Amino acid sequence: MPLDSRILDKFRAVVGRGLITEDSQLHTYECDGLTNFRVLPQAVLLPTSTEEVQAIVRICQREKIPFVARGSGTGLSGGALPVEKGIVISLARMNRILEVDLPNARMVVEPGVINADVTQRVAPHGYFYAPDPSSQSVCSIGGNVAENSGGAHCLKYGFTTTHVLALEVVLPDGSIVHLGSRTLDRPGYDLPGIFVGSEGTLGIATKIVLRIVKKPAVIQTLLAAFNSTEEAGAAVSGIIGAGMLPAAIEMMDNLAIQAAEASVHAGYPNCGGLLLVELDGPAAEVEHLIDEVGKICTQCGAWEIRVAQSEAERAVVWKGRKAAFAAMGHISPNYIVQDGVIPRTALPKVLSEMERMSAAQGLRVANVFHAGDGNLHPLVLYDGRIPGQEERAMELSIDILRLCVKCGGSITGEHGVGEEKKSMMPEMFAEPDLETMQLVRCAFDPEHLANPGKVFPRTRLCAERTGPYHPHPLEAAGVAQFF
Amino acid sequence: MDAAWSDLQALVGAENMRAATAEDAVDGVVPQMVIEPGGAEEVAGVLKIATGAGLAVIPRGGRTKMDWGNLLRNSERSGTLILSTSRLNRVVEHAWGDMTATVEAGCTFQRVQETLAQHGQRLALDPLWPEQATIGGILATNDTGPLRVRFGSLRDLIIGITLALPDGTLAKSGGKVVKNVAGYDLPKLATGSLGTLGIITQTIFRLHPVPRETRTLSFSTADGAAANALVLAIQDCNIVPTGVQIRAASSAMPEVDLRFEGTAPGCEAQIEQTLRICSGARRVEPPENVWNARSELWSGTESLIVCKFTLLPAELGTFLTSIRKLSEALQWSWRLVAQSVGVGYLRLDGGNSGNVVSALQNLREELESRGGSLVLLRCPLAIKSKIDVWGSAGDALPLMRNIKAQFDPEGVLNPGRFIGGI
Repeated sequence: MPLDSRILDKFRAVVGRGLITEDSQLHTYECDGLTNFRVLPQAVLLPTSTEEVQAIVRICQREKIPFVARGSGTGLSGGALPVEKGIVISLARMNRILEVDLPNARMVVEPGVINADVTQRVAPHGYFYAPDPSSQSVCSIGGNVAENSGGAHCLKYGFTTTHVLALEVVLPDGSIVHLGSRTLDRPGYDLPGIFVGSEGTLGIATKIVLRIVKKPAVIQTLLAAFNSTEEAGAAVSGIIGAGMLPAAIEMMDNLAIQAAEASVHAGYPNCGGLLLVELDGPAAEVEHLIDEVGKICTQCGAWEIRVAQSEAERAVVWKGRKAAFAAMGHISPNYIVQDGVIPRTALPKVLSEMERMSAAQGLRVANVFHAGDGNLHPLVLYDGRIPGQEERAMELSIDILRLCVKCGGSITGEHGVGEEKKSMMPEMFAEPDLETMQLVRCAFDPEHLANPGKVFPRTRLCAERTGPYHPHPLEAAGVAQFF
Repeated sequence: MDAAWSDLQALVGAENMRAATAEDAVDGVVPQMVIEPGGAEEVAGVLKIATGAGLAVIPRGGRTKMDWGNLLRNSERSGTLILSTSRLNRVVEHAWGDMTATVEAGCTFQRVQETLAQHGQRLALDPLWPEQATIGGILATNDTGPLRVRFGSLRDLIIGITLALPDGTLAKSGGKVVKNVAGYDLPKLATGSLGTLGIITQTIFRLHPVPRETRTLSFSTADGAAANALVLAIQDCNIVPTGVQIRAASSAMPEVDLRFEGTAPGCEAQIEQTLRICSGARRVEPPENVWNARSELWSGTESLIVCKFTLLPAELGTFLTSIRKLSEALQWSWRLVAQSVGVGYLRLDGGNSGNVVSALQNLREELESRGGSLVLLRCPLAIKSKIDVWGSAGDALPLMRNIKAQFDPEGVLNPGRFIGGI
């Protein structure tokens, strides 16, 4: 049932032409980067200021309309999937860089600012914004905040949460609050720490204070070709064991290399396991250590080693890696991108088990791996035209996550839980763990208006339970329960 | 009440509880009992019994920072007990190949470091009083030192936590892998929460290698502005120090310390570059234990005041000038140690104490007006009774109260000691 015109008029009064209600246009917003879940929203609103976001949320609060905030829609877990009877609040038009403070290495941005534009603005001064998800040329800072996005370089530089100092947030009750501060260690609870990565379930960030980092003096990327991922994995252990902390260590298996070659011709050697090791820092330090990395790789069986030193050479080496997900389209009609994490030392065990599982399902799995921090991106390849293959691919991708958890890892390292993995949460956490996390939700959003139904498999109701008992409507409908 | 004591005794054993003495007092309040549970389940059990009996609970680790926080507000509770984590003192696992460690909350920092060093690794943190301070207490107070300029603070190092809640729930969050976005980040919420949401029983940290080489350089500068300019120049070039601090005092010129870690050639090259940048400053011999200068601010027991301040890195020089003016007017002497990231510790002593409270409030207002803060870590009780040691939480205070109400609805844990009387 569409929203009634009285409510639409109220929304229109806030955002004017920034209100979308036409079905044909609404379809743009029915999913995010994970396209197998689709829900058509009732309306999409495109506010241009904090005040407009606040006015929209106040209407939602009064009318009990659930809302889903959306950045660029590149998320891979269905976090920005609209909810039934809900609206989407797109932050795409709030895309101004508000302040650049170089002496203090801070920037203030609106949520719709594109990740790569942050770095672009300060690059002439020798600074950069460290979190670099592969989608950085299109994804927004607001979306990065929601998902606590990582990227290849978070091994050394940390995640979005490391680089967000403060936020202006519109809470689900329509109030505006300021979390954190542009100085460090603001007294009180670490609210930016809990907000970043909360997947849009605690409110909407409307301004974000970021920390930027001075560009290292020297960056060198070493590419090493091995016969197998086992050999490449041994080299990673050797590098870490030697006490180094590279800026990034990436691994690709043969299938991923083939796809990257077919798509962007990165010139990778055709090998069983490819390693990219990036070192950055003071020149003397990097030059000394890159030699050591090369020696370790050779000892572990690398038969080709290249060192990219110039910006142009590095760009070529990274091109294949950054394009790896999209490249799968060149070798398979359909594929599922998975995002599991394992303790790095479990890699040989996990890879051989994955090989067994993929053979059992008769499906190919390509592997792209942030090897330094154990973040695995298996790509399960299938042909959706063949009956039953999609289901088998889904099953295999879930089994791979179970394997990660069994080895002491996580169901998601950077893509988030969203809609896709909420049913997996109990595999990783016990009921009391999940209940306790939802206490935070109850403190921020007791009525569950912000991105309801995401992240957690079951919703904890938050109403006060003093006085005579009246069942909550969601409880009566059997979709949520007190526990 | 008696029933609660016998329940507690049945749970932890008579040998692990005793009547509190004057030595256990927290800001002059002597609790009824000190209890030492033997594991996470017992901690949760103690909390459940205490909640049911209307008791207040003060978590305690190595007793080094028991005076941090506001005065205890235990009037609504029927009694107070100290819950000591001293028996939760194991390094549960050092997964050195994965560079993570699982540690119980009552383990001293030094013990953790010694264990990790066996495999050439460390928790890249330099807290106060590492021989006594426990992991749980360090986390609850968010205590970090000069290493944070390179490795971040506790929030950047902790990856997993087990919390015991007042209702007896034991909840885990995070995990054993560095990269993990499954669920809300409760490790960060617990960090710096002064034990007001739950009691930390176990933690998991990411680790870093012990550096191959370490070098320290010190410079003497003409005044606060010059020291600040030097620190900003270091930040704005691409050398990577693992410590940058300013030491200043009413009686001496400010000095700047820099530390480099890594390979020998890396350290030497960075020192050369630093000497070029700092050519205007006079190089001096670093004092012994220069990277522990912070802990020396607490030496002596007289009517000492120690504050933690935060500000923007570029405002350190202005702040030093403010302190100098203030101390001259009040005839105080002062010393401070500030990290270049904008976090510092200030010691004030001596002089006329009549206007202390209003002077501190003025200093705090000046800092808060520019996004900073001033937290009193140590001060005489007469001052503590007149001021919120934490300062303002701004418009986020209602949200913080909501969080407290969800985790600890009856106000069992450290009542009143946190910001805004939480």
